[in-house]
Amino acid sequence: MSDGAPAGQPLIHPGQWNIHYDYAVGDTARQFFTDLRDHARIMGRRCPGCQAVLVPPRAYCERCFVKTTDWVEVGPLGTIEAFTIVYEPFDGLPRPPYVVAYVTLDGASTAMANFVTGVDLSVPAAAAQRLALGNRVEAVFADPREGLITDFHFRLA
Amino acid sequence: MPTRTAIVGVGQTDYRFKRTDVTIQELTQEAAAKALAHARMEMGEIDAFVLGVAPDALIGIDNVDRWMGQALGVAPRPQLRVNTGGTTGAAAAQAGYVHVASGMVRTVMVVAADKVSESPDAQWVLNTAMDPVYERSIALNAINMCSFQAVRQMQQYGLTEHQLASVAVRSRQNAGANPHAHLRRPVTLDEVLSSRYVCWPLKLLDCCPRSSGACAVIMAAESVVAAGHTRAAWIRGMGATSNTIYMGDKMGPGRRTDHADWDELALAAATAYRRAGISDPLAQIDVAEIYAPFTCTEIAAVEALGFCDKGRGGLLSEQGMFAMDGPMPVNPSGGVLSANPISATALARVAEAALQVMGDAGARQVPGARRAVATGIGGTLQFHTCMVLASDM
Ligand SMILES: [Zn+2]
Repeated sequence: MSDGAPAGQPLIHPGQWNIHYDYAVGDTARQFFTDLRDHARIMGRRCPGCQAVLVPPRAYCERCFVKTTDWVEVGPLGTIEAFTIVYEPFDGLPRPPYVVAYVTLDGASTAMANFVTGVDLSVPAAAAQRLALGNRVEAVFADPREGLITDFHFRLA
Repeated sequence: MPTRTAIVGVGQTDYRFKRTDVTIQELTQEAAAKALAHARMEMGEIDAFVLGVAPDALIGIDNVDRWMGQALGVAPRPQLRVNTGGTTGAAAAQAGYVHVASGMVRTVMVVAADKVSESPDAQWVLNTAMDPVYERSIALNAINMCSFQAVRQMQQYGLTEHQLASVAVRSRQNAGANPHAHLRRPVTLDEVLSSRYVCWPLKLLDCCPRSSGACAVIMAAESVVAAGHTRAAWIRGMGATSNTIYMGDKMGPGRRTDHADWDELALAAATAYRRAGISDPLAQIDVAEIYAPFTCTEIAAVEALGFCDKGRGGLLSEQGMFAMDGPMPVNPSGGVLSANPISATALARVAEAALQVMGDAGARQVPGARRAVATGIGGTLQFHTCMVLASDM
């Protein structure tokens, strides 16, 4: 260090933040998660202005700034738009390796993220080829479901 | 008509993983004192302060800007905090510029600082940046959101891992000439290519470190510059844009911008260039300091800044176009890949660009640089800034 070179051992005082939250998801996401949990289906919301089907669904189409109206079922098949294979452990995230992909579910205008399973990840380049953009996947639903985004994930179709 | 505004002083601490010899307040004082010395000014000559601080939880003091302002002896002058995630430092510079350009104040000090080594739980903090309802359980993080960009660049434009590695090699080569840089040891192409995958296709050496340090920039109105300064980096143009936080909105058939590209940065640059009278960036700009925490993000940025066509950045990087002795030197400082004091990172881009056009960049000086561009990017790749600095008014 060019400035203030430390003299001797640093003196360290410990500290802690401990914060809990209970997030209310709101009525739009409540409906989405209820459909997901009770009917194993993925729903988007259509914008009455630009007709975009927003997945995940939002109360407003932010582009038009109008309230979205109709619910539209999308998927369960879809197309890979982007992916990554995580090989490094991160605090608070799953044990690697795992795949996260953005997928446009059939009928949707936007892509949604979730895990992709069932791909051998031992050889990165080979795995990446199987996950190439444009490849088809399908949503697979957990059983039982809890009304969480992890109630489904993708696997290669 | 905005007041003509220039950067008249720049102060940077060295960027290191840890600074156990100072508190965040003292780190702020260190950068501020250096900026005042560089500007040959005293604290009493500063009219207002803008403090750039990204998430408080990385430092562990809520609204830590209050303590930083105190440390600078701000009272009774106004201070304002800016936070736009990774863009924070550049957004603070934007706010500082608007302060002076508005004519409301004559001088402003923009300061940003971070001490990210003091919590082992930084990743937990960054995890909370994702939407708790739809996305947080999907293990998205700052690295893989750029991996999504890289895979789209690879598929759409044929970007290769070798081309990405060329960015890392050049950055670390440049960092060797910058005493402030955190990672100054050069790396070879083989080292980058054989470093382990973090989030495919990005490897460990495609990624920035996290650093502790502070940066301060003093801006002054034309009248102040004329009265007492022989060197100035004139802020000739500034642009800032934002885009959707949903990365998936930039991928589906309904996309209006593509996650592979930085059309938002191109838009910010167009505004900055128009104000600065830049019509041919490659010919008129001498050096660029680009906020690129990952190798792939630099490729998207050089294309968005108009230095080359979309999809050509990787190849041109490999061929040396952005080297110190190339036609368009990028990141003489070593860039974010060599030092990343989160809140201060984007302000360091502005500071380094200013030093270049002042001719004060030492061993990393691009000879004769007269016009420089500095960028900032942050949020979920949603905020973009672009500033053009020049040696002439
Ligand atoms: Zn709409």
